[in-house]
Order: sequence, then C-alpha cells, then structure tokens
Amino acid sequence: MAAKTEKAAKGRKVLIPLVAVALGFLLGSIVVLLTGKNPLLMFNAIIQGLTGINIATGGFNPRHIGELVIQAMPIILTGLCVGFAFRTGLFNIGAEGQLMMGSLAATAVALTVKAPTFVHVPLILVAGMGAGALWGAIPGYLKSRFNVHEVVVTIMLNYTALHFNNWTILNVFTSVDRVKTAEFPTTALLKDPWLADLTNGSRLNWGFVPVILAVIAFWFILEKTTFGYGLRAVGFNKDGAKYAGMKVDRNVVLSMVIAGAFAGLAGAIITTGTFSFGRTLSSAEGYGFDGIAVALVGMTQAPGILLAGLLFGVLKSAGPLMQSAGIPREIGGIIQASIVMFVAMKLGIERILDLAKGKRAAKAALAATADGVGEVGV
Amino acid sequence: MSFSLILEMFPIALMFAAPLVMAALGGLFSERSGVVNIALEGIMMVGAFAGASVTVVLEPLTPLAPWIGLLAGVVAGMLFSLLHAFASINLKADQVISGTALNILAGGMTVYLCQILFHQQRTRAFSSGLRKITVPLLEKIPVIGPILFKEIYPTFYVAMALVMLTWFVVFKTPFGLRLRSCGEHPQAAASMGINVYAIRYAGVIISGALAGLAGATMVLTQDIQYTVTSVHGAGFIALASLVFGKWSPWGVLGAGLFFGFAQILAYYAKDITFLAALPQEMFYILPYVLTIIALMVFAGKTVGPKAAGEIYDQGKR
Amino acid sequence: MAYIIEMLNIVKDFPGIRANDDVTLQVEKGSIHALLGENGAGKSTLMSILFGLYTPDGGSIRIRGETVRITDPNVANELGIGMVHQHFKLVHNFTVTENIILGLEPRKGLMIDVRKAASKVAELSKLYGLDVDPNAKIEDISVGMQQRVEILKMLYRDAEILIFDEPTAVLTPQEIHELIGIMRRLVEEGKTILLITHKLKEIKEVADTCTVLRRGKFIGTVAVKDASEARMAEMMVGREVSFSVDKGPAAPREVVLEIQNLCVRNNKNLLGVKNLSLQVRRGEILGVCGIDGNGQTELIQALTGLAKIESGSVLINGHNVTQLPVRQRLDRGLGHIPEDRHRHGLILDFRLDENLVIHNYGKAPYSRYGVLDFTAIRKNAERLIEEFDVRAGKGPATFARSMSGGNQQKAILAREIDRSPEAFIIAQPTRGLDVGAIEYIHKRIIAERDKGKAILLVSLELDEIMDVSDRIAVIYGGEIVGLVDASKTNENELGLMMSGSVRKAV
Repeated sequence: MAAKTEKAAKGRKVLIPLVAVALGFLLGSIVVLLTGKNPLLMFNAIIQGLTGINIATGGFNPRHIGELVIQAMPIILTGLCVGFAFRTGLFNIGAEGQLMMGSLAATAVALTVKAPTFVHVPLILVAGMGAGALWGAIPGYLKSRFNVHEVVVTIMLNYTALHFNNWTILNVFTSVDRVKTAEFPTTALLKDPWLADLTNGSRLNWGFVPVILAVIAFWFILEKTTFGYGLRAVGFNKDGAKYAGMKVDRNVVLSMVIAGAFAGLAGAIITTGTFSFGRTLSSAEGYGFDGIAVALVGMTQAPGILLAGLLFGVLKSAGPLMQSAGIPREIGGIIQASIVMFVAMKLGIERILDLAKGKRAAKAALAATADGVGEVGV
Repeated sequence: MSFSLILEMFPIALMFAAPLVMAALGGLFSERSGVVNIALEGIMMVGAFAGASVTVVLEPLTPLAPWIGLLAGVVAGMLFSLLHAFASINLKADQVISGTALNILAGGMTVYLCQILFHQQRTRAFSSGLRKITVPLLEKIPVIGPILFKEIYPTFYVAMALVMLTWFVVFKTPFGLRLRSCGEHPQAAASMGINVYAIRYAGVIISGALAGLAGATMVLTQDIQYTVTSVHGAGFIALASLVFGKWSPWGVLGAGLFFGFAQILAYYAKDITFLAALPQEMFYILPYVLTIIALMVFAGKTVGPKAAGEIYDQGKR
Repeated sequence: MAYIIEMLNIVKDFPGIRANDDVTLQVEKGSIHALLGENGAGKSTLMSILFGLYTPDGGSIRIRGETVRITDPNVANELGIGMVHQHFKLVHNFTVTENIILGLEPRKGLMIDVRKAASKVAELSKLYGLDVDPNAKIEDISVGMQQRVEILKMLYRDAEILIFDEPTAVLTPQEIHELIGIMRRLVEEGKTILLITHKLKEIKEVADTCTVLRRGKFIGTVAVKDASEARMAEMMVGREVSFSVDKGPAAPREVVLEIQNLCVRNNKNLLGVKNLSLQVRRGEILGVCGIDGNGQTELIQALTGLAKIESGSVLINGHNVTQLPVRQRLDRGLGHIPEDRHRHGLILDFRLDENLVIHNYGKAPYSRYGVLDFTAIRKNAERLIEEFDVRAGKGPATFARSMSGGNQQKAILAREIDRSPEAFIIAQPTRGLDVGAIEYIHKRIIAERDKGKAILLVSLELDEIMDVSDRIAVIYGGEIVGLVDASKTNENELGLMMSGSVRKAV
C-alpha cells in the first residue's frame, strides 16, 4: 500500500525526484554523446557552476556561485508559486504573468517613490507581491465563480501581462531606447557592491534574503496554520473538505492570491536585483515554466522546491561554461524537461500501483457486504 | 475602411489563421478521443523546426523543398506526440503535466538541435518559404475573388481542406463515431468492444501530425527561419480556438479566422481612423482577452467531450 | 430438458472472501430465470462471470451444451450473450441509433450508412415491441426508453441470452409494467432471459424459475409458480441463529429527531424519498433496513445537509434545520457517521490526528491566532486512540489512507462520539469490516444509546439492524413500509417487507 506513515511518505517523496534526476542526467548524457560531444565536459561545467570549483584545472571562482544564486532565486519563487497553488488542487500556469506584473509594480515604485533604502526596497517588494497577488486573483475568482479551468486563463493572462508591461514601460515611464526605462535610484536597488566583491564580480544581490523568507513562509502557512490546513484539505479531498464545513470557493481565490504574491516577489527581485531598470520584453522569459518544473520535481514541498530551484538554477548558470566547452547550453533545458517528464511518469506509475492495490481492497470490501453499489458488485 | 484596405488585410489574416486552424483541428482529434493536449504549442515548435531545417537544407536541390518541409513537420509532430500519448495513456500520467513537460522539452530540444546543426540558436535562414499563389479562374469572381484567391498562401487551402476532411471523418465515419464515444464515455465504448487505448493513441498522433503541420506552415509563411519564439503562443491560441469553436471543425475555422484578424488588427490599426488612437499593445492583447471572455461565457455549459482529461482505467467498469 | 446455459460448481474468490461458493445455475432455453439474493449474495459476480467480466476460479460453463471459456465481453457477445447493466452505458449526446450501432456500424463506402442503421433499428424495435425514437438523443429521453436502447444494443448483435441486472431499480411503476411486457415478447421470439433482482413480486409476475443465492452459496432453484413469496423470502434471508449483542432494554424518552413528510429527489431526478416520516427518541436506536437503492442514501443526505430537501422538514430538539447547511446542523446537535468513509468521513492523505480535529481545528486548544498547536492535536489523538482502541501503525502520525477499514471507521466513530451529538445518524458503520471491529462498533453504539442519545441507524445488513436496533423501520421504494419492535419481529417478516411484498401499517 502507499506509505504507511509520514516518514515513509517523506522517503518516497525524496526517492521519486532523485531517481528522476538521475534518469534525466543519464538521458542528457546520451544526447550529448549522440551528437558527438563528451558528457564529462558537461558534468564538469555543472560542478563548476555549483561550487565554483573547476575539477579539470583545480581553480576556484566564487563568481559562479553568485551567478547560481541569481539564476535560482526567481525560479525558486515561481516554484513556490506553482507549488502553493498545486497543493490546493489548482494548476497555476500563470506564474510568468504574475511575475511580470510584479516587475512592473516594482518598476513603478522604484521610479516614482523617493525614500531611503530601508523603506524604499521593502516597499518595492511589497508592491511586487501585491501586483502578483492581484494578477493571481483573477483566475482564482474566475474558477470559483464561473468554474473556468485555470490552465488556459492563466496562459492568456501571461501574454496579456507581457503586452501590458511593454505598453506601460513605453508610454508611462517613457523608455529611453524602447528597451528599458531610466536607471533606478540606488535606494531602490537590491544590488550591493559588497556582495559583488565577495563573489568576484557576480550579480549576487540581497534578493536571496526575501527568497529564504518566502520558502519559510510557504512551509509555515501550509503546515502550521489553520488556513493551510483548510487549503490542504481542499487539495486532497474537495468533498470531504466541503462536508467538514470549509469554504472551498473562498480558499481557491486566497490560494491563487498567495501564489501570485510569490511570483510577484520574484519579478520585483529580478528588476531591482539582477537589473536596475524596467524593461520591455519581446517574449516571456520562461520563469513561469521553470517554476512548474521546480514545483513538480520538488514534490510541492518547501525544501524540495528550494533544492530543485538550485538544481535547475545551476543548469542555467552553467550554460555559458558548457557553451565554451563546445556543448550547446540548451542541453540544460533538455535535461530539465526530461526530469519533469520522469517525475510525471513516476507519479503516473505510482497511481497505477495504488489503484491496483486500492481496487483489490475495495473489491473485497464491496464483495463482503454491498451489492452493485457503483461498480461491479458481488 | 476602404475596400483596398480589406483587400490588403484579408490575405494576411488568412496567413495567420491557417496554422491556428490546423493546430486547433489537431486539438480537436485529441480532445474528442478523451486526451487533453496542452502540448500543441510544443508540437508546433517541433514541426516548425523540422520544416525550417528541411527546407533550408533541400533548397538548393529542389524547388519543392518547402513542401517537403511541411511533410517533415507532420512527421516530426507525430513522433513528438507519441511521448504525450505514452505518458498519458499507458502510464496514466496527468495529461496537463505531461503536456506542460513536453512544451518545456520542445523549447530545449529544438534550440539544442539548432546549435548542433547550424551552430547558432536558430536555423539557417531559407531564401524563400512557400510561395503565394493565385488561383486562375476563381480570382476573377467579383468581390470574393481578389480576397480569397489572389496571392494567398496555398497552406490556407490546405487548412480549409483539412476542416472539411475533419468534419467528414469525425461525424460521418465509423472511426469518428468510435473516437467521439471514447471522449464522451469510454466505459460505454469498451463495453461495445472498442479498444479505447488504440483510439486514444490515434487521436493523439493525429493531433501531433496536424500541429506539426501547423508549426511548419507558420515558419514557412511568416518567417525566414525557426527561432525559439517563432510560435509565441499560437499553440495556446489554437486551444482557445477549440473552446471558442465548441470542438467542431467549422467552429474552429471561424474562431481561427477571428483570431487571425485580431492579430493583424495591430498592424493595420493606424490605417483605420477610429482605431488609430488606441495603443498597439491593446491589439496584441485582444485575442487573449477575448479567449478569457469566451471561456467565461462557455465554461458553465459543458460543451467539451465529457470524459476528456479523465484518466481511463480499463479495470474500472 | 435443453439447458441453454449451465454454470456448474462455480467458484470465485476475491481477496478475503469467496463471492461464489460452488454455485450451479441451469437455465432452459426460452425461459425467464430469476436470480434472487440479498446484497452481497453473489448474484452480480455470477452474472459478470457469464458475461466475461470475470473468470471463475473453479467450475465450468456450458452454453448450448458446449463447454466454453468466456474470457471477455466480446467472447460473450459471440456466444450470443448480452447484458443490460444496472448503470446504463450510453453516450449521452449520441442518438439512440448511434448508441446501438457503435462498434458494429453498417457502412456505405467510407461513411456510416445511416439509413440502413435506422431501418434496422426500426425493424428490431417493431419486432420486439420496443418503442424508441431512433433519432432522439439519449440525454433527452426517459429512463424507460434508455433501458429499451440498452436492450436493442443486445438484439442488434443477435443476442439470444439476455441478462438484466436489477432492471426495475430505476423505473416508474408504469415503465416496470411495460418492461415486463417486453420481456414476455422477447421470450416469445425465442430469447432466454436471466433476471437479477431482489423484488419478489416481480419474480412472481414474470419468471418461470428462480435460483436463490445467499452469502455466496447456492440455496436452491424453484419453479416460481410452485413457490410462495414467503418461501422465497425465507430462502433469501434465512440463516443459523445469530448471536445478539448483549444489550439491555431501551428506555426512550422525548423525541429528538423528527422527520416530517420528507421528499428528496435522487440523481435521476425522480423522488428517491417519498413523503417519509419518522421519529427518533432520546435513548433509543431506530434501525432503517432495506435493499440498497430504495432511498436510504437520499434520506441520509437530506438529513445531514448534503442533498436538497424537496419538501417536508427535519427538526432536531424542536429546531427546524431543514434549510441549514451542514456545519450549522452539526452545531445544532447532529452527529453523522457517513456512508462513504473515504469520500466524506476522512481526508485520506491527512494524518490520523489531523483527521480527528477536522470539525474543531479552528478553535482552541487546537489552534491559537490561526496557528495550529500540534501538541494539543496529537494529545487529543492519543486520548481518542486509547479510548476507542484505534489501531494505527505509528499512532497519531499514521496516514489515514494506510489504516485498515475497521480502524478508519473507529477513528470516525471516536471523533463523532467525542462531539457528543444529540441526534446521531449512523450509516453503514460496519461495511467491509471484520467480526471483531463489528462487535466493538456495535457495543459503542449501544453505549451511546444508554447515554441518552437518539440514534438513527441505517444499514444494508439485516443482521446488524436486528442485533442493534430497538425499533426497526423498513424502507422500500422511498417509503416506510413497516415499523416494528425489534424484539417482536423476525427475518422473514422483514424480508417480505424489504422486497415490497408486505406493508405493515405505520
């Protein structure tokens, strides 16, 4: 039968992604081999991206670690975004759009508000979270009120956010060169030359602090609060939750609001940490889909999402390293997608096993007493 | 709005509409068999990549290169969709997750192959994709002649033919009846001796073929090469067209044309006086917002195949 | 004696239970043969074997004198066996004709020959007196007509042997009458009919022979015209003397739960509960027995607030709770052990201790300012586990999903009893449980009665009702057809009422 205790379930939750990751890297290595390159070079690049250590030459460059954190931060947050909604039974494909709205709000506050850093930065982050939350509320509301499936709505809102962002940057904040706005005042930035020096010139910024707080908040809300209890109940068994008196509709909207806030925070951090200005975007940058991958591979648990975010982050940050070793950087994307597929398949395989065991047990139960209730009776 | 403006706009709208219609028809086959296929976007990317690559490689050898490119798109789409079929039907994975994973995979895989084959993150530009044609006699028909038959990409006619073919197959043939039964009530179909797994495989593979064709069409009529942004959401708009068109081939045609027009409105807004004042981005957003509204209006009435998205387990009766 | 069907010494096991224990069924060609038994007797399993949905673990099957192995429904079809399922397998937005020809479509070139299909359907329909509209959509036609479509599906495939699984369960009296006429017509045309049912009156009206099963065992086959309803009822429910639970006499006081003229629609939009009235007093257990599908589910759902009440009222301690949502009825003193413990009783993916606080997790001491106090929650679980002897592998941290059915039920019981409700509605409390768990749960229910609760016990197990109840109400066709003192009745009387043959003044 499925895991008997929490400990066993946790064990399974670790095993599935580990196996999937191993298989993903195996597949990636095969692809690299088939196209005439050496997989060891790929692994060397990844290790270098993760630790800064170059196994081949023995050198150490902390800059890679800084870049890893930069790449990991936004997708950890979008992973939290997707994961939070998932735990409540919702498919939030809209992390990308929620992130963009967060970016936009951050830009707005950065350019229009004048305040000292310790006020300005938190304000920006809160604005980002608020905008993301609002953008998440839309599909939440449509789902609870009209029962519109959130998948297509959130995808449509992604594109809407993209164009809305561009229009606002171009027309409200009068971009200088049609690509970016004016530079933000230094009070608005998460950047810090001290951090950059520490990591030998990487783009590391203070954004990692709110990210860690967000991970803790995710865990705390879901596992420790009554609100989280209700959300998890709805995600597991809507009928049972309704029967116990929980307000399912209200929870759906609130869940999307919180999820959107996570993504909005990511947008704010990117805008004032990695960059220092607002930008127009020619297309979605993929943080949303990365977030889905992170949430799935992290099994929608806080520590898992953190680790998966770091893993996929290094696949990105090691890209240039791979490229200079002659391996196209897109292998990272292929590995990432494969890992997701394997996790999806593993969950599918699990489901078959559970169904088979559950069915036999259910048949026995039915056979013992009832007749023809629902399925084939006795 | 002058007639000459319409004359200018129509062919471009048809050019935008054709791939949307093709991909949406693919979604129709898949969903009507009971499998939700969110990966239309990814399959289109794969088809576009295949189409562009084959065309640029065969160009110096034959003038038929773009047509072979289209065929390559079909084949590539079919192969790629096998992954979704296997994951959702055999392994009973959640269809939305499987589809999303494939979209991510398509992005990575196509650009990776570009790097290997062309040493850049895009395919090499081909000098000419498909050529527009003018149908000899039909173009002389007053009013609709110049709109529908003059300087139109032949893929639009292919799309029209596919619409009619789809209508015929799905609603008039035994295969179509069985396909629809698997999407509405797979247990009933199984009790009549129908192999639900086989039918669903067929549905997904056909959707792969059509979406692959759509992707190849898109790159060969609207671009000069394949890049990771070549498809930019058309696969999702095709999904929306499916809902908007209420899962019927003619509805899909209408919805596709509608979205095609919505897309070019952005370019022509400045020529239409009462629209000129509005910001360009609003027209970009238009198709997406319209989709959301369409979903709100139609969602209450379950018009989609009743069992689409549900995992079919042969054991359950 | 030309047997068209012979199922000889059939044995079928499922994990933990022998569903068919050496059952022999012999049916003559051109007859209507009924298969009678209570819930859990083995009727559906036997017929599923005949139709190829299961394979037997022992015994053999002969069709028209030849031994066969029926491995799947297609083989059964080829042998001329067809089944009209209890839950129709019709595509709701296809037409009648499309549903009938699905899988065996007549062709004209690449297309379906629609005209040929329609004419064949019309022809069959006329021949067997099955009135259908070939072009109507399933979702638009009556249940009776839907059933006729199911019958036509079989006839279109030249079925000679037709199995009907509880066919009258979903029909109005008029439609039942029509169906009986159809069955006679089919037999006139040379078909053989197998009728799975628990309704004695119908057996008497239409069947030639009847095989009775009880708890998987073959009891006997009788010629219907020679057997009385009483005799058949006795064969259906009679058993060895059952030990009764140690229980003192009841001392009922005032009425706590009052149900007045209740009408509830079922999911087929017919009245599942018709003008039902009952009263449950403080300190008594009122048992409601009946064959599944006679309104029990609708009654419980209406009482607990999960289904809408069409008309009538429900009062708890004098308060009218008819319009109140679930939560508020619980607050007014309603307790409920749900029929479906997995769907409504527990969140299987939650831990045991989390499940035990599902009604009051938002209040102290289980939470403060919105934050859960897991120590308090765990202590509560430990207390209840101790008191109610709930066995869970790793104590409060065990996932509900991995607990055995008996212990899941004990957990639900513990939770509900701990809330000390005034009116306790208990549905199917021992479904799927072993003897030990059953005994324990019965003891606890009686203990609650002695504490002064009013208990409405709804069960499909006649044993349970008779052992535990003080008074017994019999439900048939959505109505109470009998209300008796438990000590003054017996299985046979109840059996007759349960199968609709007898009505005792209520």
